[in-house]
This record gives sequence, structure tokens and C-alpha cells, in this order.
Amino acid sequence: MKILARAVMLTSVLALAACTNPDRFGSGNDVNLGANTGAGAIVPGSANDPASPAYFQQTVGDRVLFAVDQSTLTPEARTVLDGQANWLMQNSDYTAVIEGHADEQGTREYNLALGARRANAVQEYLVSKGVAGSRLRVVSYGKERPIELCSDEACYAKNRRAVTVLAAGLSS
Amino acid sequence: MVRFLTLLAALWLMALPVQAQNGPLRITIDEGVIEPLPFAVPDFVAESAAAQQMAQQIARVVAADLTGTGLFREIPQDAFISQITSFNSPVQFADWRAINAQALIAGAVSMEGDGRVSVKFRLYDVFAGQEMGAGLQFDGTEQGWRRIAHKVADAVYSRITGEAPYFDSRVVFVAESGPKGERQKRLAVMDYDGANVQYLTDSRSIVLAPRFSPSGDRILYTSYETGFPRIHVLDVASVGRRVLENQPGTMSFSPRFSPDGQTVIYSLTQGGNTDIYRMPIAGGAPQRLTSAPSIETAPSFSPDGSQIVFESDRSGNQQLYIMPASGGEPRRISFGPGRYGTPVWSPRGDLIAFTKQSKGRFHIGVMRTDGSEERLLTASFLDEGPTWAPNGRVIMFTRETQGAGGQSSLYSVDITGRNLKRVRTETGASDPSWSPLQN
Repeated sequence: MKILARAVMLTSVLALAACTNPDRFGSGNDVNLGANTGAGAIVPGSANDPASPAYFQQTVGDRVLFAVDQSTLTPEARTVLDGQANWLMQNSDYTAVIEGHADEQGTREYNLALGARRANAVQEYLVSKGVAGSRLRVVSYGKERPIELCSDEACYAKNRRAVTVLAAGLSS
Repeated sequence: MVRFLTLLAALWLMALPVQAQNGPLRITIDEGVIEPLPFAVPDFVAESAAAQQMAQQIARVVAADLTGTGLFREIPQDAFISQITSFNSPVQFADWRAINAQALIAGAVSMEGDGRVSVKFRLYDVFAGQEMGAGLQFDGTEQGWRRIAHKVADAVYSRITGEAPYFDSRVVFVAESGPKGERQKRLAVMDYDGANVQYLTDSRSIVLAPRFSPSGDRILYTSYETGFPRIHVLDVASVGRRVLENQPGTMSFSPRFSPDGQTVIYSLTQGGNTDIYRMPIAGGAPQRLTSAPSIETAPSFSPDGSQIVFESDRSGNQQLYIMPASGGEPRRISFGPGRYGTPVWSPRGDLIAFTKQSKGRFHIGVMRTDGSEERLLTASFLDEGPTWAPNGRVIMFTRETQGAGGQSSLYSVDITGRNLKRVRTETGASDPSWSPLQN
């Protein structure tokens, strides 16, 4: 029974990972984070509901960036990850897949390994802040899924990223 | 008298090529051919009415194979003085000498009603006025006519260059479509010249870096089908596939066959660290070959199976190393400025092809197995992932253009650095892997 439950959980994680889109809660959302919409305006699930994935993505920040060929967490990245760790501990119904990415200035397989290093650095940091390792999985996309498409450092800087993608309702 | 002397001079000049042709017709590639060898290939003789179209098509594919090497130049058919109307009639060498055809390829095609095709050919050394090697006959099927044409061209190429052939071969690659940020990727296989494309997977999962088995019957590749990068093995004939390695919490990629086809070497990532492993293709316990906190990937066997070349960033950036096939102390072989990755051992064993990244440019290059005599063959915004033609003379690789509209396509280049050209594919294409010569 325990094995079955684990198997079900595993396949759910895999299924979610398979349809992962780094920007699933992304830019199409019209919520204005800067404006204070006043008392009692929290719409469950919207970006101003602190328990929502949209809030995690937009307010906590779902991603951290890396220097060229590096997987070291910058002070800015640590601040973002502190917020992610807090959020994950408060919202224990969620698991997460941490996606590591690289810019296009590298060979394909090396970049896969580099993306894995970045995702792993994030995972280790979150675990060190108290998030259960069993709630986190890592995957690398190497240079396969750039979010910015130009071939300049301005785009490369945003592509060298690790994104924490939430998966709902899988924690038991 | 003056007139006679002029005539004599003219005759003497005309005789020169004959003098130069003392000995057999031959291109020695390593001596740096600048002037491609002119050849003529008339439409093959159709020995049955049904064979008419195929007789023309086969001659066209033979001509395209030869000119595609950059070592041969076709003399256009409208320059011909005489035609080959019967396979067994004597050749009018004077007519072919007059248009400076140094090699002449004559052939005939017959088709039985049952879809069987029979192709014979003869290669003539025009200036020597004789056949070069014996005539050959290939039997095949109507659908397989391009392969027969490639076999004819292979025989001609081998006889004239002394090199092993490579036209009758296939290439597995990743067919790409869609925008750069959401690229759709499918595994595909084609003839070496881009013909006969067959798609092996759909585009639901990202697929990467396929590699042919030494017998060409199976393909190793990396797919995200399970949600995570995992090595799969695909049977070319049945298109059946299975996950090779599925250890939870890991990623596996960068697989390559051993020369005997029994073993797979690959990269496994666990806890953010990537090392090289080997395992039997039939399944069984993986054996770890490297054990370092750095990235070790892109392994490739030497043709005798005794050594493995791979890339590692243990020195601080990507460099090439060679280790025994059972693991052990690696020896660094790349020392130039820049980063070196994706090493691939040549089928002849003498060279290693690689991708080099230096000063914001990417190059395909070759070096000897001790790291000496490095030569860069290409330069562009992004060239990567070389694969060797079965005879070790030509390298195919991925070239990607820059910017938001960037596209990948396949290119090939001679190991002399000459004859860089695009391989025509109907979609974007990347990550080629050349098959062995077909049987």
C-alpha cells in the first residue's frame, strides 16, 4: 500500500514535470502587484493571495540567476530562496520541481550538466533552510528552453536561471 | 612550314594531359586537391522501357555524390559529343577526351516486373583509354534505387581516391520546428545527403543527441518522455523504444555505443554532479568510470574499444581527456586557449573531432589523439556536435544562427577544412550522428 502510494505520487510528479512550462503563471496575468488594492480584496488563487502559486511566482520570486558558467548562489539569489523556503514551509501542500537552465553559449550536453548543477544548488539551499528534500525534485533543461531569445548578454543573463515550479496537492 | 609547326605545337599540347595521366587515374586527397577532377556520367542505359526514368535518376544521384565531395567536377551533359547508347559498345574515348572528361561512368538499368532492379556500371579512365577496375552489378529493389546509386558512386569514389567509401550511409538527427523558446524536436533519420527522411518520434517530448549503433540497427538518444532526461534505445526497423536507465532522482544523457555494440557509455547526474558510467546495452549494473566533483560528459570510444575520450571541466573549464575504457587516470589532451567539448574519435582512430569555444565564436576542429596538430575547420556564431563519416574524411555538425529567429541546420566539411556546405533538410535540424556504411 505504501509502495502503491509512492508510485502514484511519483507518476504524478512525472506527469506534472512533463507538462512543465516555466511561465505557466506568467506574463499574461494582469494583476498589478505594485498597487494596494485595499482591504478585503484578496481573491483566492490570485497573485494577491499569499498562499497562491501566482503569489509565489510573482511576489516571492520563483527564479534565481547565475553568472556565466557558474552555479554559485549570489546574495540576491539567497534572498529570493529564503522567501521560497518560507513559502514552501507555510504551504506544505505543494511540492516543487527545480528547473536548471543555461544560456545558449555552450555545448548541449555540457549545458545539461551545468543546468543540473544550478538546480541542485537551489535544492540544497532550500533543504538547508528547512524544506523537506522529499518535496523537491530537480531537472535540467540545459539550453533547450530559453526564456529570452536574443543572442546578447541581456538575454543570456535571464536564461542562466533556476526556476522553482510548484506542483499542487502532492504532499501527504 | 609555320602552319605545320603550329599544328605540331597544338598536338604536343593536347598530348600533355595524356602524359600527365601516366599511371592510373587518381586523386590523392591529402596532397591538397585544388582542381576538382572532371568526370562525365551520361544517363544510364535503360535496358527495359520501365527503367527509363530510373536510369536518369541514378546517374543524377551518382553525379551529386561525386560533386558533393568537392573533389570532382561534372561535365554537363549538353557538352557531350557522343552518347552511351549500349552498355557493351566500345567507348569513343576521343569524344570524351575532347571535352576533357578524365573519368567516364557508364551504366545500365534493367527492371523486372516484380520490383527488382539491376544496375551495372563501368568506370573508364578516359585519357588512358581503358576501364578502371572491373564492371560491377548491384541488385536491389525499386524503392532502394537511391542506395544502388550511392553504391555506384562509392565504388567510383574509392577507385579514384583510394579512400574508403561513405555515400551509402544514413544520418540520425533531431528535426526541429517552432520558435526558439518552444522548439519542437523529433528524432529523424535520413540518407547522408538529406533524402528519404523518416521521423522516429513525435514532438511531445524534447529529444537530444541521438547516436547510431556500430551496425546501424539501433539508436541511443536522450528524451524527456519521463519528465526527466533519460537515455532511450530505439530499434530502427521496428521503431520500438525503451528507457535504458531509470534510476530515480538522477538524469542520464550523452550516451554512446562501444565499437562492438554491447556496451553504452553515458553521463549520469546525481546530486548536481555529472560523471561517466558504462553499462551493458542488454541491461545490468552500471559501472562508474569517473569520480570527480566536476562535470564529466560526452564520452566516445576509440575504434578498438580500449580508450574513451571525454570532456571535463575539472581544470576550471571544458577540456578533453582520454582514459582507459575501464576507467582510471585520465590524461588531458587539449591545451589551447578556449573551451573544448563534444570529442568524437574518428573511425580510423587517428583524429579526434571536437567543438571549440573561443572568444565568443564556436569552431569544429580536429586534433591527433595526443592533442597535437590541432586544426580548426569552421567558425561561426554556434557550431557544435561533430560526427564522422564512416570513412573518417568528412565531418557533419550542427550550425545555429544567432538572434530570436535563430535556426539550426546541418553542415558538412572535409577534414581538410574545404567543401563546407549545408545538408538540405526540410525542417531545422541538429545533433547529427552518422551511421556506418550500410551492407
